[in-house]
Amino acid sequence: MGRRRKYPLISLVLLTFILGLTLLSLWILFPKDYFRLPEATKLRDKEWDYMLHSLSYLSIEDVQQNYEKEKLLKDGHNENQRPEEDFIHCQMETCFNFNRCRDNFKVYVYSVESAVPTSPTYEKILNVITSSPYYTKDPGQACLFVLSIDTLDRDELSRDFVRNVPSRLQKAPFWNNGENHIIFNLYAGTWPLYNETELGFKVGKAILAKASMSVEHFRPNFDISLPLFHGTHVEKGEDLGLGVSNEFPSYKQHLISFKGKRYVYGIGSETRNSVYHLHNKKDVIMVTTCKHGKNWKEMKDDRCDTDNAEYEKYDYETLLLNSTFCLVPRGRRVGSFRFLEALKAGCIPVLVANGWILPFSEVIDWKAATIMGDERTLLQTLDVVRSISNLEIFTLRQQTQVIWNQYLASMEKIIYTTFEIIRDRVERHTWRDKNLWNSVPGALSFDLDYADDIKRFPFHHDGDVGLLPNFTAVIYVESGINGLKSSTLGSYSNSLLFRQVRNAAKSQYISKILIIWDSLRPIPKVWPDVKVPLTIKRSSSKSVSQRFVTSDEIETDAVLSLDEKELLSTDEMDFAYSVWRSFPDRIVGYSTRSHYWDEKKNVWRYSSKRTNDYSMVLASGAMYHVYYNHLYWTQTPTQAQQLVESLHSCEDILLNIIVSRITRKPPIKLTSHKMDQSAKKVSGDEDIFQQRQNCLNELLEIYGSVPFKRSSVRLDPVLFRDPVSNLRKKYRQLEL
Amino acid sequence: MACSRPQWILRQFFRIFLLILLLLLLILFFLVLDPLGLGWRRTPHLQPTKILYPSSYLRPLTQTPERYISTNDSKERKICESESCFSFDISKCGRLKEGRLSIYIYPLERVFVDGKLVQESLSREFYHLLQSLLESPYIVADPAQACLFLPPFDLLNLTPLLAQDSQVSLTQLQRALESLDYWGDDGANHILFSMFPRSHALRTLSSSAILIASSFSTTRVPLHVPFLTFSPYGLTKDSDSPIRRDILCLSAEGGEREELFPEDVLVLSYCRDNSRARCKENIIYPYPAVLAMAEFCIVRDLSQPILWDAMAAGCIPVIIPGSYRLPFDDVIDWTRIGILLYEHQLPEISAILRSVSEKRKERLQSQLKFIFERYFQSIPNLISTALEILREKVFPHSAVSIYQWNHNPNNNDRVSPLVEARISPKNPGFTALILAYERISSLFSLLELLSKVPSLAKILVVWNNEKVPPPVTGWPIVSKPLKVVRTKRNWMSNRFFPYTEIETQAVFALDDDILMLTKDEIEFGFQTWREFPDRLVGFPSRTHVWDNFTGRWKYESEWTNDVSMVLTGAAFYHKYWHYAYFEEMPFAIRRAVDEQMNCEDIAMNFLIANRTGKGPIKVGPRKKFKCPSCSKNEMLSADTSHMRERTDCINDFRRIYGHLPLRPVEFRADPVLFRLDPLPSRLLKFKDIGSL
Repeated sequence: MGRRRKYPLISLVLLTFILGLTLLSLWILFPKDYFRLPEATKLRDKEWDYMLHSLSYLSIEDVQQNYEKEKLLKDGHNENQRPEEDFIHCQMETCFNFNRCRDNFKVYVYSVESAVPTSPTYEKILNVITSSPYYTKDPGQACLFVLSIDTLDRDELSRDFVRNVPSRLQKAPFWNNGENHIIFNLYAGTWPLYNETELGFKVGKAILAKASMSVEHFRPNFDISLPLFHGTHVEKGEDLGLGVSNEFPSYKQHLISFKGKRYVYGIGSETRNSVYHLHNKKDVIMVTTCKHGKNWKEMKDDRCDTDNAEYEKYDYETLLLNSTFCLVPRGRRVGSFRFLEALKAGCIPVLVANGWILPFSEVIDWKAATIMGDERTLLQTLDVVRSISNLEIFTLRQQTQVIWNQYLASMEKIIYTTFEIIRDRVERHTWRDKNLWNSVPGALSFDLDYADDIKRFPFHHDGDVGLLPNFTAVIYVESGINGLKSSTLGSYSNSLLFRQVRNAAKSQYISKILIIWDSLRPIPKVWPDVKVPLTIKRSSSKSVSQRFVTSDEIETDAVLSLDEKELLSTDEMDFAYSVWRSFPDRIVGYSTRSHYWDEKKNVWRYSSKRTNDYSMVLASGAMYHVYYNHLYWTQTPTQAQQLVESLHSCEDILLNIIVSRITRKPPIKLTSHKMDQSAKKVSGDEDIFQQRQNCLNELLEIYGSVPFKRSSVRLDPVLFRDPVSNLRKKYRQLEL
Repeated sequence: MACSRPQWILRQFFRIFLLILLLLLLILFFLVLDPLGLGWRRTPHLQPTKILYPSSYLRPLTQTPERYISTNDSKERKICESESCFSFDISKCGRLKEGRLSIYIYPLERVFVDGKLVQESLSREFYHLLQSLLESPYIVADPAQACLFLPPFDLLNLTPLLAQDSQVSLTQLQRALESLDYWGDDGANHILFSMFPRSHALRTLSSSAILIASSFSTTRVPLHVPFLTFSPYGLTKDSDSPIRRDILCLSAEGGEREELFPEDVLVLSYCRDNSRARCKENIIYPYPAVLAMAEFCIVRDLSQPILWDAMAAGCIPVIIPGSYRLPFDDVIDWTRIGILLYEHQLPEISAILRSVSEKRKERLQSQLKFIFERYFQSIPNLISTALEILREKVFPHSAVSIYQWNHNPNNNDRVSPLVEARISPKNPGFTALILAYERISSLFSLLELLSKVPSLAKILVVWNNEKVPPPVTGWPIVSKPLKVVRTKRNWMSNRFFPYTEIETQAVFALDDDILMLTKDEIEFGFQTWREFPDRLVGFPSRTHVWDNFTGRWKYESEWTNDVSMVLTGAAFYHKYWHYAYFEEMPFAIRRAVDEQMNCEDIAMNFLIANRTGKGPIKVGPRKKFKCPSCSKNEMLSADTSHMRERTDCINDFRRIYGHLPLRPVEFRADPVLFRLDPLPSRLLKFKDIGSL
């Protein structure tokens, strides 16, 4: 019996022991502060107490005293001329002459010395500049100067290397230490160090627009980092990106790829030598070759042969198009061609080039279009890339296309972007912000001189928010010059014109009627009695372009361009306005034309046939944004304007080109009950028609690309020809 | 006596006790000593920060421990003032993928160098800085886990140190920094905060420390963050001053020479004995309240607190930065909140400001307010902004775009998620997505109709029914790929699930009873969508009208002159919207749709209109869609309750979005050459369009 009692006792002892142990472990596990949270909050009141009683870090006296000192420094600083060698610290304030850019932003190009060889690439660049709206022949008017000496390739070993640049610079009449000059360069330095400062001449105060710039030598807000482009880069027009930007979901066959040279030793070899670690032959393709240069065999290392074998298995272009991400490691220089190639293909660049100042990074937000890697953590790249979500990939890829198409798709775009960046610096107080640069249609489409309110432009309207109400009708009267023989002049009646005026005046959205009188006919003394302001303006010069009246005389955003040949009903005008508010960036109109390529004759055909699609809207009955009139006068190449003047025709084709180049969308056709008549009328006049076709071809030649987009859709009122009572329809006259 | 039964039981108990004991001991051993190095005890983010830094961390300096060092035992230090000596050890910062900064704050202490106390007190702003850091998610208690280190010295204002009568010199401060445990050779991975006067002095302290300092001149070290000079008025808030901005342009920095500016700029200087005011001739203006009376305020010196004061007063800063960088200029778009000028533009300043349009002023002001409140307003704001910028610099792959940094969600500046909404390519066509319920015969004839459409790439049938779909052999043989997906529950939202089976950009959503469409109509619908790829392009259309009688919006299916919705019973749209429906749309809407078994199409119309700001596009003339064979009476009764529900949906969704995003349009899409035009039919590309 006694033994029986013992056991419970022992178990009791054991139990207490275990309990003690648990408590002990709890005590060790959780520090005592853990249980003191309430007390801590109590303490906080006290903290605040003494914190409030402590003094501010900055006393007013500090500010005042310091200010006097700084003021002295600042004022004195301006008077001291910097020593000449100090150009490495150039800023716009210290090295740029703003007075030259006071009135307008023009670029002067030195005349080319025939003796000096110029590379085809530099020739193209000069050609782009001389045919651009920036160009001026008068050095006195110029804000920027561009050398005719080819400075693109400063690698001594290169074919295009120009010698004796310093002495040539001395001869440049406006050089003045490079003030207001811009120097284009793609390569500097040579084997083996590829030193980016090794240009072979002193840049001085000139703005260096150079590819592969690194943070060590870049003069922020002064130099411009260029993208490295091939000599085969399209000169004008655009070479649109291949990434179908709206693709979703966004994964492609390979997650990330790289195919390129590997340098066995020397500068820039580290990253490329270690990418093979990432290669898994499936979704990660990283293949390199050492097979480049003359004596690669002497230099080759153990891996070269296996690498080369793997390298041959993949095609570069195919990889670009089928990879979600593309590794862009530095080469011998920090920048590489691969960057642009990947962007164009819609392959999101993963940058592994420490210290590289990305192209145009002053305005382009590359964070939104690329992934920034780091040479030091290359092997973690996969980790990072795999963690990026589907949606992020979607937006990144779209942004690669936005940036490529707007700023990089041709040499012209690259050069214009360079100039516009400098222009934004010169007119620093203006409004082109980063959002504008990094969204569609991009800063190049926003002319600084037009307005400082973004809502005055045809873009960024979020539907129709911010558009000014109503439209201005501009009626262009020209018959008697070209369309009609002078014998019929006297008998020409104004009745059609008056009907047009009356119809326009009846519109509920009309704000003003403007008549541009470009005819030998006398201006009628009596006009229809309308309640809308009516202005008659005699054309100052005999020019068809006069019909494109700028915003100086038009207070609305919408312009309705009319002539007296083609009568529009009030409902047609109202409906055009209603549709235009949904598409303020496009031309919305009734008569359309299309273009097609004639393979036999190798020309573009201009067609008024009844086809199932269209690409242009004629100016007789077109609603569009008055900003495009501004662009017509300020941004068109002089050649194009001269062409229109000399032919006295095809001004509307030019307008369509201007709009299509910006929007890359087709215009919008609306219903017209008289669609067929207008087509007949024009096609009846063979001469004019042929002339317009020639004009079309010449204009496309000048612009270097075909910007037109085709549409097979027209827009009708919702109840158009529906079997309902006409009384229920808002735009009845369209069905007459 | 052999083992009696109770004894045996007790013995078993004893054994079990022993076993449990052993187990407990084992567990304890692992828990406490952690021999496998699982590191489970070091999970700082699971524990409240208060433990990491005992609440007593923040305390008056007089209560902190003392430490004595001497400049004599300073180790040999390589002198390097060049920025190329900057070094940063990224390997301390953990895995890149996580992109998490970790900061260790040295404990507060009083350091005596050569017997002199390096700092006697901490400023209020520095306490706030520490406080907000301690409350931030970045902080770690274990220096071994830290990527960044914050020295316990208040360097916000270096003026006292730089003053000639200062007790302590920069070298002594430097010595104090060097004596920190993790400083290393040159303070790599340490951050130094400074706001006044300029960052020059800081640079002599260390060439590797990351500087978060105001009035920064350009630097070649990408990690440095240009900071703002916080105003001493910042912590004592003035009463809200009336907003009547009568002064066009004001220079209130004090000490400015008036002749620098054109006449109509009001130039104020310091008052003789009143620090809270500015004077001009004998007029005294209260400062900073006077800033709220001007439209533009000149900021000529970024090391002055005036930038903060002006922003706080809602006065658009006119900044002449000279060679200095603007605060947080890596991410803040200053063009949108101020006017930037060069020194040489001072004489023309009023002409420039007068040319600023009213609209631009409004935009500048509202953006200024937004940016100020979000990033600059208080010390915690400033610190978290600076640290986030630093985080983005250390982990650049995780950086968000400048657009996102500066985007004010309350502004109506929507950007369509389909940024380049231009013409979509014709290939690879579209995927027809049929929501099938039970009407098998009509489903099968629909499949046959669809398979004749040239641009159709694939048919996906979503079998939204608990019953089993007909066996494979029962389905008609069609010339295009056909796939059937079964859903778990009959939810309306199943129609918009982002099925991986959809491989094309274009989706053509269909109800299983839509048999009235012709092959040409569908093909033309696809063509229309290609030209307007970010919109909803469909056949039956509806609109919403304001009902004066009930005082709410009404769903309208009558023949009207405008369209604000198209039904997804037959509509084309981009596949992205499937994703958006599940990921971006307010959940309340999806729940309402699934509960009511209705309105999924209204939800889609709201979603697309809200994201793009654009209306839908109706294709072709009006057509009879609803149950052609039903009798009129049947339809009427079903209709009224159906319509009421849908009216409710519109009003509910409007409430959830806070506004009515629908955009009515007055047009519809027809082929360029149309059957209803007086034209010979051989010319038409799309012939069979528009029959009722």
